[in-house]
Amino acid sequence: MPKLTIDNIELEVAPGTSVLQACEQLGIEVPRFCYHDKLSVPANCRMCLVEIEKTPKPVASCAMPCNDGMIVHTDSPMVTKARKGVMEMLLINHPLDCPICDQGGECDLQDQAMGYGFDRSRYDENKRAVKDKDLGPLVKTVMTRCIHCTRCVRFVDEIGGTPELGGLFRGEKMEISNVSHALTSELSGNLIDICPVGALTNKPLAFEVRPWELQKTESIDVMDAVGSNIRIDVRGNEVMRILPRLNEDVNEEWISDKTRFACDGLLRQRLDQPYVRVNGKLKPASWPEAFTAIANRLRETSPGRVAAIAGDMADCESMFALKTLLQSMGSSNMDCRQDGAEYDISTRAAYIMNSGIAGIEQADAILLIGTNPRHEATIINARIRKRWLRGGCRVGMIGAQVDLGFPYRHIGNSANVIADLISGKNEFAKILQGAKKPMVIVGAGALAGQGGNALQAAARELAEKFNMIQPASDQTGWNGFNVMQLAASRVGGLDLGFVPQGSGLGTNGILQAAQADKMDIVWLLGADEIDTTKLGKTFVVYQGHHGDKGAHRADVILPGAAYTEKSSIYVNTEGRPQMALQAVFPPGQAREDWAIVRAFSEVIGKSLPFDSLTQLRAKMVEAVPVLGTIGRTAAAEWKNFGKASAVKAQALVPVIDNYYMTNSICRASVTMAKCTEEIRPLGFAEAAE
Amino acid sequence: MLIAHRIKNFFLYEIVSGFALTFFYMFKRKVTLNYPYEKGPLSPRFRGEHALRRYPNGEERCIACKLCEAICPAQAITIEAEPREDGSRRTTRYDIDMTKCIYCGLCQEACPVDAIVEGPNFEYATETHEELLYNKERLLANGDRWEAEIAANLAADARYR
Repeated sequence: MPKLTIDNIELEVAPGTSVLQACEQLGIEVPRFCYHDKLSVPANCRMCLVEIEKTPKPVASCAMPCNDGMIVHTDSPMVTKARKGVMEMLLINHPLDCPICDQGGECDLQDQAMGYGFDRSRYDENKRAVKDKDLGPLVKTVMTRCIHCTRCVRFVDEIGGTPELGGLFRGEKMEISNVSHALTSELSGNLIDICPVGALTNKPLAFEVRPWELQKTESIDVMDAVGSNIRIDVRGNEVMRILPRLNEDVNEEWISDKTRFACDGLLRQRLDQPYVRVNGKLKPASWPEAFTAIANRLRETSPGRVAAIAGDMADCESMFALKTLLQSMGSSNMDCRQDGAEYDISTRAAYIMNSGIAGIEQADAILLIGTNPRHEATIINARIRKRWLRGGCRVGMIGAQVDLGFPYRHIGNSANVIADLISGKNEFAKILQGAKKPMVIVGAGALAGQGGNALQAAARELAEKFNMIQPASDQTGWNGFNVMQLAASRVGGLDLGFVPQGSGLGTNGILQAAQADKMDIVWLLGADEIDTTKLGKTFVVYQGHHGDKGAHRADVILPGAAYTEKSSIYVNTEGRPQMALQAVFPPGQAREDWAIVRAFSEVIGKSLPFDSLTQLRAKMVEAVPVLGTIGRTAAAEWKNFGKASAVKAQALVPVIDNYYMTNSICRASVTMAKCTEEIRPLGFAEAAE
Repeated sequence: MLIAHRIKNFFLYEIVSGFALTFFYMFKRKVTLNYPYEKGPLSPRFRGEHALRRYPNGEERCIACKLCEAICPAQAITIEAEPREDGSRRTTRYDIDMTKCIYCGLCQEACPVDAIVEGPNFEYATETHEELLYNKERLLANGDRWEAEIAANLAADARYR
């Protein structure tokens, strides 16, 4: 443990800590452009110079490891002079276009220039100009502003796994450039955040906002089941942009492009007033009219002929309210798994990611079954890549061969290879056998449909066979059985028991009954991914925020709130309940979803036992205590689950066909449509090679 | 003292001296202006009605940096921007609520391209409130109308900046 003195404060740091990190521990701010916590250290901007006694020159603190007895000064005249010199060098070729630069107001160079800049230029020659590069529909470039910190190059190499950027030419002529096409990474939006200047900016939002006019709300993303921590930036009642929030356990400080750029979909195709179908056409209606239409239909039917299906972005509160309503009516037909999955959910460990996302970093052998994490949970893929990059971890894959951004061993296309693994026939079995903390990640897509039960049981057998479940008394308490869910609402829905009760019907049963005219009312809580043609002549109530597939089929539309418009709890794939906060108000007459259900319950004379969100949450946590531990995960008890049966020898196909169009918000987004047009064909071209 | 005071009172001294003053002013230069046919002088720094200026080639100066909007203490300015067809940064909306404006001149101090200025015009009273909610079109028209005076004022004041 080296002991050193920084600005007359003595401290002891872990071996390998750089001087810059030691300064940060003390809260001393050291300016930097190229250094980034999560990336490698190139030490090429030279802004973080400090003075270390007995060294002849100022030292770049980001690349200098702490040594015993070091005496560091961060505010001596020598340091200030050196940093001013560096700043003047950086500003020589930096254009003076802050007023038209989108980074203005949140620019590192602008901020540092306030401290170390000189108020005029001594440089009389012509400034350098660089041609802008086309990085696709998401990232706008103004390469003249680039200061060659190479953060973007390191990011796509190290985090993104798509080495498509690089430095061309030398010295003053150096340019950061891509090769020929748009960036194919699903994490490319993070380049905008890590670029310390305005060289890489947000293209869909070009020139539209200034950072100082935005109101910030900390919230949770619902585009996938990762539950990335986000910050929603709002102007007026409009979501302008979405930024990542640091959470080392979930998304570190990255978010996927869908999370970041689909927010323009929140302004289009919105349901802003109730509709009722009259003579085959949807007509605008008032709330009481819509409720009466449903209540009238409800009076003519029996409870067994009423059902509800919850969609991928439903929050826990509304699912709890709807479940309570259905139960009070006497119906037990409900399902939150609109993909028709019927796997065993008797214990929580059977459907969550038990190792946790951060747990991936401890694993030393990872087996992926029927999943393409790059599209299904981009942030988790980045974690797996991070683990692989550190070395000592082998990744195997059962399913379609896709480009994940790192090499893996392809074991087979079909799930029946699991039997080979268990019997030790496959080579990868040895890797799993030898691993201390092996983990298996089963994609929820592979568990959908009837074959899911067998696959779940097989995966469980595999996990137990290869010592993936280590008892808590074993210190580690490692549980390597993981199900990677696809939808933000899923774990929450399963926790709440928004599944067929007793003899009730699940998604498949509801659709079959609807086709056979045995179902009278189906309440879709934002469920757009079901096959609406199978609903037959059923009276369909669609409660949701976008005019998508579900709303097209609906007989009554109840306009709800999107995830930015309500305070609600979402449980991510590792079983971590997280609180999303309201950033804007729902448009027009749309209301928060739980309140709609509550209001309707009064119309049919079965008032739900809560009047406010607080009361609802209290009731909900009473029923499902695990939802009360906001932001934390708890180890799920390992019990017997699943019914073993023969796994079908059927190729596992990726469930996400188009990464940019997975839910109703994305489908309404212009940016996502552009990505589909420009980036998606590139991905396919690469996979075909 | 008392006697002197009494004498002055008796001869109506105060009244006579007052009338005398008035009488002599008849021979002095008149300062009254026959407004609106005559107008007083204005400083080049006078902060009157706002205008958005153009470059000599007709291109609007404003680049939508929103610094004026940020600095406005009365929050009278509203700007919305997006890329124009040629890719340049321009406003799609530039509104000033003239009834909120306190005529402090901070907007023109903040402007990096001398686009928003407070011109010499102060005669723009209206009958309705709505007419004082200026939009971009109105401000640009102001700029076109007053460009000669504004340019002269800026030139006169330039050496003190």
